[in-house]
Amino acid sequence: MTVASFILLYGLSYGLVLCLIAVGLVVTMGLMRVVNLAHGAFAAIGGYLSTGLMVEAGVALPLAIVGAVVAVGLFSLLVERLVFVHLYAAPELDQMLLTIGLNFLAIGSLTLFFGPNVYPTKLPPYLAGSVDFGFRTFEVYRLAVIVVGLAVMAGLFVVFELTTIGAQLRASVDNRTMAQAAGINVPRLFSLTFAVGSGLAALGGAIGAPMLPLEPTYPFKYLILVLIIVALSGFGRIKDALGVSILIGIAETAGRYFWPEASGFVIYVLLIVLIVWRRDGLFGRRASS
Amino acid sequence: MILAGQSPLLARHRFLWPEALVWLAAVAVYFLFPQYLAIATTVLIVALFAVSYDLAIGFGGILTLGHGLFFGIGAYCAGWIALLGWTEAVSGALASGVIAALVAAALGPFLLRLTGLPLIMVTLGVSVIAYEAANKAAWLTGGDDGLTGFTMSPLFGAFRWSVFGVTKYFYALGWLFVLFYLVKRVVASPFGVALQGIRENSLRMRLIGTATLRHLTIAYSLSGGVAGVAGALSAQTNAFVGLGVLSLDSTIDGLVIVVLGGIGTLYGSLIGAPVYVVVKHFAQQWNPFYWMFVIGALLIVVVRFSRGGLLGMAHAAMTWLVRR
Repeated sequence: MTVASFILLYGLSYGLVLCLIAVGLVVTMGLMRVVNLAHGAFAAIGGYLSTGLMVEAGVALPLAIVGAVVAVGLFSLLVERLVFVHLYAAPELDQMLLTIGLNFLAIGSLTLFFGPNVYPTKLPPYLAGSVDFGFRTFEVYRLAVIVVGLAVMAGLFVVFELTTIGAQLRASVDNRTMAQAAGINVPRLFSLTFAVGSGLAALGGAIGAPMLPLEPTYPFKYLILVLIIVALSGFGRIKDALGVSILIGIAETAGRYFWPEASGFVIYVLLIVLIVWRRDGLFGRRASS
Repeated sequence: MILAGQSPLLARHRFLWPEALVWLAAVAVYFLFPQYLAIATTVLIVALFAVSYDLAIGFGGILTLGHGLFFGIGAYCAGWIALLGWTEAVSGALASGVIAALVAAALGPFLLRLTGLPLIMVTLGVSVIAYEAANKAAWLTGGDDGLTGFTMSPLFGAFRWSVFGVTKYFYALGWLFVLFYLVKRVVASPFGVALQGIRENSLRMRLIGTATLRHLTIAYSLSGGVAGVAGALSAQTNAFVGLGVLSLDSTIDGLVIVVLGGIGTLYGSLIGAPVYVVVKHFAQQWNPFYWMFVIGALLIVVVRFSRGGLLGMAHAAMTWLVRR
């Protein structure tokens, strides 16, 4: 019971952080089919910015995180308009190479500003303790991550399923040409989605910093996890992304708990077998393109 | 970005005179810069690795981000073969290449069904798993300390592996020469032409009856084998195999060289390798992390502005001069 609740709590918080980081890429991949390997860089920048604001400038954590998310969202808009615009019609090879190049620029810049080592984060006192639930204690930080993660994902889900913008987005993912013909401004929708997705990645990087340590090579280090989630979610499906992320979070936590010496890669072997086996995503149908 | 089809297909069988310049320059390095033979040997090895990468990504259109896997397998196999007591270099490298090719052939039917992002992800994932496995299996790979303590017996029983690196240099040059022309012959053959057809339009090739998966697997296997020989050369000439051979860095080195030289040209790798290694050498002396800016900017500039890399630029300049 205690082991199960431990794995569930840690796996859920870890999975939600992964989901926040990856969900933007799931949607933008669905919308534009752009191979974007630089998505993790936005998470890294978000984490560095919020931690920097908190540690160096003494800004309160929630404010620092909001500031970082907004800054990264605006910055990503600039990157999208300057760089990604040229990629939509380019071959996948060009997309891969150029976004790898962007990753290297991000790594260089992070090293320049924050140094080559792990950038330490510090939790404010009200998040650092534990809370007693009777049968066992839980870290407040993990609970906070779960609350924030679930709230943001619920909000995203409402926007995606119940608003006009969400309907336009779903229509464009299913058939971009047809959506454009029906008068939806897909490029603008994409810019918006890109900015929101990058902002969410920044949020994931910021609140996940104690779990995924901030170091300059972050964009490459967590690239695989993010790509696994995208590949298993299928293009543009938020619900699947949430399910896949939580599964991965719990599976990896359980692996680390029961089989610590092999956890690093056994989970990856399983996931890769899954991807090769279920090419259209873990939960079913292929979005028509 | 892809330049392959500028001359008629069959014309590419011919030996063109500018090619000779590359090999003459390689021999000239021995006379002009004898003190830099060690770094020149590295150039030859990464050039061979880049040629193999170009075969997969430039001709087969296989978007792989895990090619260092085969370089690493070749390197470790060459180390193990030497440690087991078989110290003849040529057969050791050949055997390592064959093992890498077999691994690629076994992976191919599973990986090459995928395209785009899933393919990138899975190839990257497989190479990361191999790195982690090698790290954990320290009894086999030496872990962080790597494989050491093996020496090769004199080449052909006559040439000793001297500290000045003359034997190493010409040994690597010989392998590069032979395998370069092997790969060049393959891409100009009907098989190679079919491969380029799959790169351009896989569906159409399938419709006219090409077994695309089999073609891609053969190309992937050949490419993995050549990469394995390159890894074996690195093990034999350095008398050391470290975990670094399996890391993402070795893949990125090969990829950037291919892009810098010109993707889908093969020659591009021969030109890209010396430029890349020399720039990397000096940039890292200056500041290891500024090197990240250099690679990043290089990738972006080449992809955005100079399709076809250095070779493409040279070609454009030539055309411009001729027209004047």
